[in-house]
Amino acid sequence: MFEETGPVWLSEEVKTGTTIIAIEFDGGVVLGSDSRVSAGASVVNRVMNKLSPLHDKIYCALSGSAADAQTIAEIVNYQLDVHSIEIGEDPQVRSAATLVRNISYKYKEELSAHLIVAGWDRRDGGQVFATLKGLLTRQPFAVGGSGSSYVYGFVDAEYHKGMRKEECQQFVVNTLSLAMNRDGSSGGVAYIVTIDEHGTEEKVVLGNQLPTFFDQ
Amino acid sequence: MAAAPVMMPYFGQQISSKSDLVPDWTRQEVSTGTTIMAVEYDGGVVIGADSRTTTGAGNTPLTSPVCVCLFQTQVRPILTCVFGPAHSIELDEPPLVETAANLFRASCYRYREELTAGILVAGWDKRKGGQVYSVPIGGMLVRQPVSVGGSGSTYIYGFMDANYKPGMNKEQCMEITAAALSLAMERDGSSGGVVRLASISEEGVERRVILGNQLPKFSTH
Repeated sequence: MFEETGPVWLSEEVKTGTTIIAIEFDGGVVLGSDSRVSAGASVVNRVMNKLSPLHDKIYCALSGSAADAQTIAEIVNYQLDVHSIEIGEDPQVRSAATLVRNISYKYKEELSAHLIVAGWDRRDGGQVFATLKGLLTRQPFAVGGSGSSYVYGFVDAEYHKGMRKEECQQFVVNTLSLAMNRDGSSGGVAYIVTIDEHGTEEKVVLGNQLPTFFDQ
Repeated sequence: MAAAPVMMPYFGQQISSKSDLVPDWTRQEVSTGTTIMAVEYDGGVVIGADSRTTTGAGNTPLTSPVCVCLFQTQVRPILTCVFGPAHSIELDEPPLVETAANLFRASCYRYREELTAGILVAGWDKRKGGQVYSVPIGGMLVRQPVSVGGSGSTYIYGFMDANYKPGMNKEQCMEITAAALSLAMERDGSSGGVVRLASISEEGVERRVILGNQLPKFSTH
C-alpha cells in the first residue's frame, strides 16, 4: 500500500482503440485511420499513424492491441519482401492479405488485433480485404476498430458503387470524423493513404480541419 | 407519483434444467434489445422504434395525446403510471413534457441499482413546443434535439450526426428516423421487424407503421 506503484497507465495494456476504414475505387484504394493510442483511460500517443506499409502499393490498417498489430505488420512486411523477390515482381494484394490472415488465424487465441489490408496491383486493381479473427474476405469497403460500430449506419447509407477517388477520400474523412466524435478510444488527427497505379500518397488531416457536424 | 418495477414471472427458475420437454429459450429471461429514436422539429416531435420489444408496441402513451415515451429495458419493463390524469386536473392544462421526463428520471435515479432502463421522453406542450428528453441508465436527464437509444443505437450515431440538421420539418424528420431505424435494424441482431413512427404536435398524435418491404433501401442491403 505504501510502495510506489507508478502511474496507472503503466500497468494497462496499450491498445489502439481506433477507427480504421479502407475503400476501393476504380483504379485504387483509399485507407484512413485515426491517431489515438490508449492505455486504459490515458492517451499514450495522440499522433500514431496506424496505416502501415506492407509493400510499395499495399498498406494495412492496424486496430486492437498495438503490440500485436504492429508485430503482425512487421512480420508480413518481411514475408512479402521475400515473396516478391521469389516471384520477381510486385506481390498481389491478395497474397499480402493471405499472409496476414495466416498469422491471425494460427494465433487467434493469443492475438487480439484486426488488420484491414488494402492496395493496388496490376492484376485486379484496387482491392480491400478484411482479416478479422482469421477470415479472409474481399469487400468493396471495410471498417474496423472500436469506433467502427458508431459509423456502420453512416457507411451503409452513404456508400454507393462507382465512387471516384476524391469522393472516396471525402467519404473516408467524414467517416473518421464521425467515429472520432463518438468513440472515446478514437481521436486526434486523421491519416489518409491513397494508392493507385501511379503511386502512393499519404496525407494528414489535422483536428481543426476535420469536418464538423450540427452539434459542434 | 407512483413508480414501481413490475414483477415478471421467472419461468426459468422453476423448470428443472434437465428437462428436455421445454425448449431452451423458455428458460431464459427475456431481454429486449431494440432501437429507438426521437427528433424535435419546429412544432412537435417525431419518435420511432423497431418492433422487437417485449411490450409489443414499444410505445406507451402516458397521457394522451401529448406525451409518449419509449422504453429500452434489458431485464424488467418499468411501468410509471398513475400521475397523468390526476396531474392534469391539478394544473388545469396538459402536463409538461419536462415534468414527465423528470418523473421518469426520479424513478430511474432512485432505483438505479435495481433497474436497467434507457428512456426517451418526447412530446409537445404549449410552453416549449416539441421537446425530446433522454434519461439513460443511471438516471441523468438531458434535453437534446435528437436522441437515439437501445442496443441498435450505437450503429446509427454516425448517421444521425451527419444527417440531422436543425430546422428540419416534420416529413424530413420522419424520413431521417425511418432511414436511421432501418440501418440499425440491418446491423443489430436484436432489432428488426417493422418501424413504428409517431409524430406529436399541437394537433395530436399521428401514428404510422412502415413494413419490412417498404423500408428505405441502401446499396449494401
